[in-house]
Amino acid sequence: MEATASHSRVEPVRPRGLAPLWVCVAVAFLLVSLVLGVVSGPVDIGIGPILRSLAEHLHLPGVTSSLSPTEDAILWQLRVPRVILGALVGAMLALSGATYQGVFRNPLADPYLLGVAAGAGLGATLAIAYLPAGLRGQQVLPLAAFLGGIAAVVAAYAVGRSAGRERDAATLILAGVTVASFFTAVQTFVQQQNSDTLQQVYSWILGGLPTTGWSDVWLILPYVVVSAAVMLMHRRVLDVMSVGDEEAASLGMNVRRTRLLLVVAATIGTAAAVAVSGLIAFVGIIVPHAIRLMTGASYRALLPLAAVGGAGFLVLADVVARTALAPAELPIGIVTAFFGAPFFALVLRTSRAGSR
Amino acid sequence: MLRRLLVFVAVAVIAGMLVGGSTAAPNDTPFPVTITAGNGKVTFARPPSRIVSLSPTATESLFAIGAGKQVVAVDDQSDYPKSAPKTTLSGFTPNVEAIAAYKPDLVVASYDPKGLAEALRKLGIRVIIHNAAATLPAAYQQIRQLGLVTGHRDEATRTIGRMRSQIARIVATTKGRATGLSVYHELSPDFYSASSSSFIGRAYTLLGLKNIADAADGSGSGYPQLSGEYIVSASPDVIVLADSVCCGQKPSTVAARPGWGTVKAVRTGSIVRIDDSVASRWGPRLVNLFRALDSAIARLKA
Repeated sequence: MEATASHSRVEPVRPRGLAPLWVCVAVAFLLVSLVLGVVSGPVDIGIGPILRSLAEHLHLPGVTSSLSPTEDAILWQLRVPRVILGALVGAMLALSGATYQGVFRNPLADPYLLGVAAGAGLGATLAIAYLPAGLRGQQVLPLAAFLGGIAAVVAAYAVGRSAGRERDAATLILAGVTVASFFTAVQTFVQQQNSDTLQQVYSWILGGLPTTGWSDVWLILPYVVVSAAVMLMHRRVLDVMSVGDEEAASLGMNVRRTRLLLVVAATIGTAAAVAVSGLIAFVGIIVPHAIRLMTGASYRALLPLAAVGGAGFLVLADVVARTALAPAELPIGIVTAFFGAPFFALVLRTSRAGSR
Repeated sequence: MLRRLLVFVAVAVIAGMLVGGSTAAPNDTPFPVTITAGNGKVTFARPPSRIVSLSPTATESLFAIGAGKQVVAVDDQSDYPKSAPKTTLSGFTPNVEAIAAYKPDLVVASYDPKGLAEALRKLGIRVIIHNAAATLPAAYQQIRQLGLVTGHRDEATRTIGRMRSQIARIVATTKGRATGLSVYHELSPDFYSASSSSFIGRAYTLLGLKNIADAADGSGSGYPQLSGEYIVSASPDVIVLADSVCCGQKPSTVAARPGWGTVKAVRTGSIVRIDDSVASRWGPRLVNLFRALDSAIARLKA
C-alpha cells in the first residue's frame, strides 16, 4: 500500500514521452472528426455516395459518382476544403498556444498573448474601412490581417526588449498586453469612425471558417507547414526551458534566441490562421491544457498531440457551427468557447481529483 | 374701409403663401400637432425650422416630402439626397453637444443610444425616434408623421400615395411571373441574409417570391447567416446583392465563387444589384428595390 502510494506520487513529475496509446487516441479523434466533418452538413449527401465520389475523384476504375453536379460542387468545392482549412487552423492555434505556454512558462498564455489578435483585427478593420470595395476581397483582407498581426508582435517585442533584459518572459508578456490594448484602441477608433463597416468588422472578429473553396487552404498552407515544423523540431527545447531561463542557459542553451525563434514561428502560424478565419477563441489555450491534463505529457509529447487534437477539435466545432442551426450558421468562436470551456472544466476537475 | 381691409387681408394671405412656399413656414397642417413616435408623444406648436436628422431614412423622407429646407444638418451616413447638409454628426455614437451646436428645434433619429433623447429633451430640443420599420404601413406612418410635424402633410400624403401605387403596380404585374421562384437576399459576402420576417423580406413576400433564408430563421430575427452549402443546394432563381457598395460584390464575383456555378440565378444571370443603402433603409426609395426585382424577373421570364 505504502509503496504504491509513493510510486504514484513520483510518477507525474517524470516527463513522459509520446505514449503510443495517446498517439492512437489523438489520431483516431482527428480521423473521426474529419469523417464527421465531410459527412455532415446542412445538405445531406450520405456516406455511400461520398465514398463513390471520392473513388471517382481518385480515378479508381469502374466507379462512377452518383452525385448531382450541385452535390459534387457542395462536397468538393465547399465542404472538403472547409474541413481541411478547419484542421489546419485548429492545429496551428493549439500548437502555437502550447508553444507560447512553454516559452513563457505561463499556463494562461494563448496564441493571441503578444497581440496577434489585436493587430490582425486592426489590419482587417483598416482594409474593410479604407480600401475600395473591389480591392478588398479575398486576397487583400487576409493579407492585411496577417501583416497587422505580425506588426503587433514585432511592436511587442521591441517594447519588451527596450524595457530591460531581466525577467525577459514576464516583460514580454506585459509588452504584449500593452501593444494589444493600443492596437485595439486604434481598431475601435477606426471602426467607430466608419460605423457603416460595423457589421463586416464584427462578423470578421467573431471568427469563422469561410466557404471560399481551396484558395484559402493554399494561401495558409506554406505558413502552417513551416511554422509547425519549426515548433515541432524544438519541442524538446521547451522541456528544457520549462525549468527556468537561468537553468536552461546553464545547460548551454541560448534562451533568448530560442525564444525569439519560437515566438516568430508561432506568430507567423497564428497570423496566417487568423488571417483566413478571424479570431477563434479558446482553442489555443484549452486544447493544450486538456491534453496535458489527460496525458500528463511533457512538451516533447504535448506539441504533436496538441496539433492533432486541435485540428480535430476545430473540425468538430465547425460541424456544430454548420449543423446546429442548419441551414443557418453559428459563428465558430461561440462554439469553441461554449463547448470548450465546460469540457475544460470537466478535465480540470477529474484530473485534479485523480491526482489527489 | 371694408374694401381696404379686404385688400389688406388678400395681400397678407398672398404674402403668407409666398413666404410659406419659399422659406420654412409651411402651413398645411393644423398646429399644434401631437404624434406618437418611438419615444412616446411629441407635441409641436409650430413646424420646426432647424431639423437635425441622425437617421438616413428620415433624411430621405424629409427631402422627399419637401421639408429639406428645414433641415440644417444630417448625420455622416445620410448620403441621399446629395443636397442634404451632411456633417460629421454620428447617429451611431451621437454627441449631444455637437448636435446642440446646430441649435436644432427637432432631432430625428432611428434609435436612442445612451440616453440621447433624454439629454436633448433637457436642452429643450424635441426628439422623434423613428425605429427601423418592420412593415410597409409602419414605414408609411413615419413619413406621414414627419409630414404632419414639419407642416408638409399634403406632400407626405402624396409621397406615400406614389409609393403605394408604384409598388402595387409592380406587384400586380410581377406577382404572376414570380410565383414559385425563389430568392436569396445577400447582405454580406459571408452570407448574412434577410428572411420574410425582416422589412426587406416582406417585399419578396409581396411579390410572391419564396425566400430561401426562411428555413434558416428559426429565431425569427429576420437576419440569419446562411450556410454556403445550403445556398448552393437551394439554388435560388434570383439573387439580390445588397453588398455591392460595401463589399464590391457583383454578378461576376458571385459566379466565381467555388461551387456557385450550379446555382440557377448564376446560370440564368438573374443577379440583381441593389444599392446597399436602399436595401437597408425604409424610406421613399424602397420603390427602387421593387423596380429592380421587376426587371430581373421580367428578363428571367422573357
